[in-house]
Amino acid sequence: MRILMTGDEAIARGAYEAGVVFASAYPGTPSTEILENLARYAEVYSEWAPNEKVALESAIGASVAGGRAMASMKHVGLNVAADPLFTFAYTGVNGGAVIVTADEPGQYSSQNEQDNRNYAKAARIPMLEPADSQECLDMTKLAFEISEQFDTPVLIRLTTRVCHSKSPVTLGAREEIAIKPYEKQSGKYVCVPAVAKKLRVKMEARTEKLTAYSEKSAYNHTENNDSPIGVITSGVCYHYAKEVFGDGASHLKLGMTWPLPDNLIGDFCDGLEKIYIIEENDPYIEEAVRRLGFRPYGKGVFPAYGEMTPEVIRKAMFGETLPTLTYDRDKVISRPPTLCAGCPHRGFFYELAKRANIMVSGDIGCYTLAMAPPFNALDTTVCMGASISMGHGAQKVFDMTEQGTRVISVLGDSTFFHTGINSLLNVAYNQSNTVNVILDNRITGMTGHQENPGSGYTVKGERAPMIKIEDIARAFGFRNIRVVDPNDLGLVRKTLDELLALNEPSILITRWPCALKKFSVEDKKDYPQAYCGKYAVDAQVCIGCKLCMKAGCPALSFLSDKSKAIISRDQCLGCGVCAQICPRTAIKKEDR
Amino acid sequence: MAKNVLLVGVGGQGTILASKLLSTGLLEAGFEVKMSEIHGMSQRGGSVSSQVRYGETVYSPVIELGSADILVSFELMEALRWLEYLKRDGQVIVNNYIIKPMPVIMGTAEYPDDIPEQLCTIAQTTFVDAAAIAAELGNPRVMNIVLLGTIVKAMGLTEIKWEEIIAKNVKVDFVDINIKAIKAGMEAI
Repeated sequence: MRILMTGDEAIARGAYEAGVVFASAYPGTPSTEILENLARYAEVYSEWAPNEKVALESAIGASVAGGRAMASMKHVGLNVAADPLFTFAYTGVNGGAVIVTADEPGQYSSQNEQDNRNYAKAARIPMLEPADSQECLDMTKLAFEISEQFDTPVLIRLTTRVCHSKSPVTLGAREEIAIKPYEKQSGKYVCVPAVAKKLRVKMEARTEKLTAYSEKSAYNHTENNDSPIGVITSGVCYHYAKEVFGDGASHLKLGMTWPLPDNLIGDFCDGLEKIYIIEENDPYIEEAVRRLGFRPYGKGVFPAYGEMTPEVIRKAMFGETLPTLTYDRDKVISRPPTLCAGCPHRGFFYELAKRANIMVSGDIGCYTLAMAPPFNALDTTVCMGASISMGHGAQKVFDMTEQGTRVISVLGDSTFFHTGINSLLNVAYNQSNTVNVILDNRITGMTGHQENPGSGYTVKGERAPMIKIEDIARAFGFRNIRVVDPNDLGLVRKTLDELLALNEPSILITRWPCALKKFSVEDKKDYPQAYCGKYAVDAQVCIGCKLCMKAGCPALSFLSDKSKAIISRDQCLGCGVCAQICPRTAIKKEDR
Repeated sequence: MAKNVLLVGVGGQGTILASKLLSTGLLEAGFEVKMSEIHGMSQRGGSVSSQVRYGETVYSPVIELGSADILVSFELMEALRWLEYLKRDGQVIVNNYIIKPMPVIMGTAEYPDDIPEQLCTIAQTTFVDAAAIAAELGNPRVMNIVLLGTIVKAMGLTEIKWEEIIAKNVKVDFVDINIKAIKAGMEAI
């Protein structure tokens, strides 16, 4: 039977069928659903790791111990996990090991657009690039075979459209693979220079064998359509190219893209009048084809960035898209994503936005949305955990000037556990006079509510120790630690005043569960009053001053014709932030 | 040629469930199907789309500019935003429902008041009061399934066993109301 699956679901299914016993990941769009789906299979031990480095290292340990293991992450996550990756490439595996990276051409939910195919090349590990969900399933199974056959970790490179598109797949049964016996082999797993030098030599022999394998792989295949034009693609770009060129060109679809099959590519290109290379992100295949002495059309014809969707290819090839309706698009107002109604970050950012002579060092999460109006609250956002460490460096330099600028570093609970914890250790050690704010909504919000070390539950929904951020801060030696309800504007204001008056680092934890979160037993016990009741504007009292609009709440809007604010009853979750802003107490909690 | 159905709206309106049911039904009816959607940041009140393509052979999971057979907009202004994806002779179904974007809430932009007129002059447009229909059925949240019903009717897919598809893919407590909603949608256009 065929069923529809996203690429992420199919990767999880493939790992399950391949007999994987251990899987670890940190959530990150568009890779999150891989582990979420894998966790549903009782036979597979799955866990959320605090970050991608930990996820990969745990998977390496599981592999060394003899089990088939997988780690999955978004593209930038592999930067975090790059350290173990490069040496894992030396040690090789015991149980098969597969790393999945989900790249984001077009940057729908990411801070950059990077091509992780370069990692396979740089680390010298085989790489597979599925183009649809069936290939996701099949290639994941194959990846475990390649891993064990060639004693190497294998990289599967996905892109957003492969991860989040559904296409039909045929399911197979799980193959129970016995856990391999563990043997102590210091000449394989202890990478001191003397060992690593030998492994480095061994790696070259492995690469030769992998190249021969790639030349013969059924996933590197040509479709000869007797055309003077040839198109080379990998991943979803194959389907985009078929959409535009159809059978009017010959196609070379590359499924195994490291090592590249040079001979196969050469044979395909020989005699063609024009070679087009359609790939997202970097000219990875194009450079290899040029190295072989051909003059393909690639990034000069197609854009250097973004997705290579059919309309992009068509425009690049023929100068225009398919005909479209013509109309006045100026009337369409942008719809930027916003903090949700009831979001516990709102109260904090409302207060923060009023401060002068501060630099707000931001981070990756829902709260990054506070960079937009009405808050305009963030000064910087670079990568996970960077808020606290960048803030630290900035404060040290501000202290060398007379301007007295203070740094407030802001990140969420999951991002704190990810890498913010290391940054905080640096603040404790090197003592910058920063205010370090952890917005603790007791869940990983932006990626769709994944458990983290502070949630008290595992990815399987089982109970886990609930690690408290204030305990960590106390252990680090911080003397000024405050925990506040972010919906209490007066308390947030007073606490910020106090902490900014200090001449030493401090910790502010704003704690309130995410408005969209399914409440745990603990949430219900700790926050019985959360998200109960609704607020309404008393039109008799409202003076139309629009101050409440500074809350930036999607449940609030302003009726220009009546010059009154109004609250959408369907959307209001009763946080009460707007009521505290109103200078005339026109916003009141409804009687129940 | 593959048929292209483009569902657009605002994060949280349920375009994903509607397109999931649509694609599941199409697959069971024997079509090749691909569906694409974007998760993540845009879900927080941003503009979203779900794209469903079906036919004998389907390559790209995304709909090309100027190639949608039908554009179903869960929100009024979103129809205008995505209209360039419609084929020149394609049809538009629009939910008579407004969600104000942040610039309008903030008072820095005006929500255009002539969208219905604009749409009607540009494309073959049908308006549906899916919110009212859903409310009448007893649950405003099934607005998405009412709109799914309109797609089913407009694309001539009423023969597919939608009741079974819904029963298999929706939580038990919500099966009945969703079946009522899809039927109401089919009758609404």
